[in-house]
Amino acid sequence: MEHAVREEQGKLVVSFQGEVDLEHSPKAREVLLGAVKKKQDVLVDLSEVSYIDSSGVASLVEAFQSSKKAGSSFGLVSVNPAALRVLELARLDRVFTIHSTLAEGLGGGS
Amino acid sequence: MTPAEDGRMLELRVPARPAELKTIRDAVRSCVEACGCDEKSTADIVLAIDEACQNIIRHAYHGQPGGQIVIEIDHFDDKLVFSLTDFAPTIDPETVKPRDLDDIRPGGLGTHFIRHVMDETTFTKPPSSEGNEEGNLLRMVRRID
Repeated sequence: MEHAVREEQGKLVVSFQGEVDLEHSPKAREVLLGAVKKKQDVLVDLSEVSYIDSSGVASLVEAFQSSKKAGSSFGLVSVNPAALRVLELARLDRVFTIHSTLAEGLGGGS
Repeated sequence: MTPAEDGRMLELRVPARPAELKTIRDAVRSCVEACGCDEKSTADIVLAIDEACQNIIRHAYHGQPGGQIVIEIDHFDDKLVFSLTDFAPTIDPETVKPRDLDDIRPGGLGTHFIRHVMDETTFTKPPSSEGNEEGNLLRMVRRID
């Protein structure tokens, strides 16, 4: 798994690439919670995530809940179909704000 | 009940640690694809086996190194049977339950995924463990067309 964090239009865009599994989810959690801690709105780009398991999903849930407490927004963008399937199995596709494109996430708040 | 012509598809013994999960996923994916499962079913099954192995690593071995997992896949006419054996202290199956999905919190999803994907899941003691308190055998069945 690789990751990148950049700022676009005042929002932090966190991108992950590859497989977010039990080996790599501690790093994903650290990156996500670090981004949320900055009290900026966060968009998580999952377009290049080919696999995510329950531990990766747990990292997203924890960051989402932290952002709520911090009063900032947290959205997912361009979710790869493989990752979307896992979110659907967890019924979290109804919980997370999911933008189909990064432009939509940047433009429309969340 | 006898295996189909293909029979035993996989017998893999790996150290019970997170770095082995990719190897397990790749091996399971190859087998399941070879059995003719479509892309969606294959992805679901790979996720379920990964989650079951994670449960062994995290809850049976408590993240301690040195343990092993044996993964076996048997192909019957109408189903795939996945057997996961560990050599950790025997666990109480009652403690392995999925959480309520309406209770939004970070953990507890893995067992839900397994039960959603598999048609049957059964916890027993492995045959080799008769007479001692070590080992768990998780048998999972997925029906196929």
